[in-house]
Amino acid sequence: MKFIAWQMLTGDKAKYLGLIFAIAFSTFLMSHQVSIFCGLMNRTASQIDDVADANIWVMDAKTQYLDEVKALTDQDLYRIRGVQGVDWAVPLFKGTSRAKGPDGKFRGVILMGLDDSTLVGIPRRIVLGKIEDLREPETIAVDQVGYKFFFPDQPVTLGRTLDLNDHTVKIVAVVDSNAPFVNLPVFYTKYSQAISFVGRERNQMSFVLAKATQGTSESELNQRIAKTTGLKALTGNEFGWETIWYYIQNTGIPINFGITVVIALVVGTVVAGQTFYLFTIENLKQFGALKAIGVSDLRIVGMILMQALIVGAIGYGIGISMTAAFFEATKNNLDLRGFQLLPQVMTGTAAAVFMIVFLASAVSVRRVIVLEPAVVFRG
Amino acid sequence: MNSHAVVCKQISKSFGSGEDEVKVLRGIDLEVPLGEMTFLVGPSGCGKTTLLSVIAGLLNPSQGDLHVLGTPLHAIKGAKAVEFRRINLGFVFQQFNLLPSLTAAENAAVPLLAANWNRKKAVEKAKTLLDDLGLGSRANAYPNQLSGGQQQRVAFARALIHDPKLIVCDEPTSALDEHTGHHVMELLRKIAVRPERAVLVVTHDNRIFNFADRIAHMNDGHVTHIETNGGSH
Ligand SMILES: Nc1ncnc2c1ncn2[C@@H]1O[C@H](COP(=O)(O)OP(=O)(O)OP(=O)(O)O)[C@@H](O)[C@H]1O
Ligand SMILES: [Mg+2]
Repeated sequence: MKFIAWQMLTGDKAKYLGLIFAIAFSTFLMSHQVSIFCGLMNRTASQIDDVADANIWVMDAKTQYLDEVKALTDQDLYRIRGVQGVDWAVPLFKGTSRAKGPDGKFRGVILMGLDDSTLVGIPRRIVLGKIEDLREPETIAVDQVGYKFFFPDQPVTLGRTLDLNDHTVKIVAVVDSNAPFVNLPVFYTKYSQAISFVGRERNQMSFVLAKATQGTSESELNQRIAKTTGLKALTGNEFGWETIWYYIQNTGIPINFGITVVIALVVGTVVAGQTFYLFTIENLKQFGALKAIGVSDLRIVGMILMQALIVGAIGYGIGISMTAAFFEATKNNLDLRGFQLLPQVMTGTAAAVFMIVFLASAVSVRRVIVLEPAVVFRG
Repeated sequence: MNSHAVVCKQISKSFGSGEDEVKVLRGIDLEVPLGEMTFLVGPSGCGKTTLLSVIAGLLNPSQGDLHVLGTPLHAIKGAKAVEFRRINLGFVFQQFNLLPSLTAAENAAVPLLAANWNRKKAVEKAKTLLDDLGLGSRANAYPNQLSGGQQQRVAFARALIHDPKLIVCDEPTSALDEHTGHHVMELLRKIAVRPERAVLVVTHDNRIFNFADRIAHMNDGHVTHIETNGGSH
């Protein structure tokens, strides 16, 4: 019977390919859009992930996400250092500034000010140069995107200068940072330097990065910091998720992607369902003959489900390969860095496709089951 | 009883209910003997196909007793009826009803595949049978590559391959020209009629009446009379 089901399915090439195309199309659309969405949301927490040396972020109790902070005071920093279980705590500045290249081209940049003595907060991956050189005055480290923007088509070398808020600064290191949500270049410099670059405002400390002493649980320490200082203390992971949730809840991004995904689901289900249904209707006489000859309803349902599963598996394979190929082809594009096909997205799409073929075949199954085998004798 | 493949006692069958009720069979008494070819004839709309469907277990009678091969078919339903058909019945349809994406041999092998035979063995057996029906060279052709007569012969092979005790045919020649119709009926007689088997053919094609051992005449839901053919074929 499996053989008959297979022959019936592949016998009509046009319908067979149409079915596979419908499934492949919705698989591609769903997995691609969800991947982009996840990548985009992950980007909102990029600068949090980039900090490797410290895992505790302390911020004003009112701060909700990475990109809008209420500044802390020096007093706060000392109080945090005094909390039992804190190994060390350093300030971190995160702000924006404007940089001008040698040819006059300018662009907004994200400016990170790292603790003068420890330079905690620099990304792990250094492409070129030495971080220690940031201790020299008027120096910065830039990320690859920034370098490419200000010095397009030029080899990556150190010692070039940029104009940052009327300060001429020298590039002493090139780093590989995760793409920020707004996809601006990211510059790193000493904390004191960053403050002199942006000027004016008195309180500039965006966050305090802290490390727990050996053997101290981070969650307990965070609670203790909150209790003794009245500030908010989170692990990097918690703060990352808070930031992601902030964007999910406060922007139209999830709705827009959600609409595309729902359309892919609906189109996939309707087109595949309709094609599959027509396919079954056209074969109704054949199914009727099989029923008359003595093939049970159960086996016929098995045949239809098998046909649906074959189509689903092939369509899914093609669609997911297309998505994988897309991300493979764009993986060296700096602007698209961080976008990838996640295993969770693959699994989720597989479940959605399974649902599509199940719904698509359910209607067909019904038609065949209620079919009177006596129809085979009617012209 | 044992010499009869089919025994109908006061079979009636209606479609619909209340105002719309249509009484199609109105008390059929009929016996179909083993070892013979019995024809069921009569004017259009008199209920031939309906009676054949009831006898074949595709429709349940509204009333009456129906024994097929000793089994009280009026009393069994569902999976049991399906199984009974699969083992004991062979079907031949007016429009052949072959599966277009299977070859002639694969089509003929369907009843064996339904009985979970190994595909290679089933197709092998189908080819032998097609050989006997003069279609050996076309075993790998698809139905749309075959003429009407050839398709009907494939359908015969499908009806015979599992060696059923009762073969039912509805208008087997009406889609064929006279010459071809004659030829396939000749073949059917030669291959299908066996002492332990009955062949029941519904037709209104009087050009083939001489192939019957026995002719049951129907009119308006009744079997009016039975005529035996003293070996005129
Ligand atoms: N499922 C059904 N529902 C309602 N009426 C039906 C149904 N099947 C058959 N009939 C009616 O029963 C009557 C007999 O039909 P049947 O097909 O048995 O006749 P027949 O003798 O085979 O005719 P023909 O020689 O034209 O094939 C017809 O009037 C038909 O309309
Ligand atoms: Mg009829």
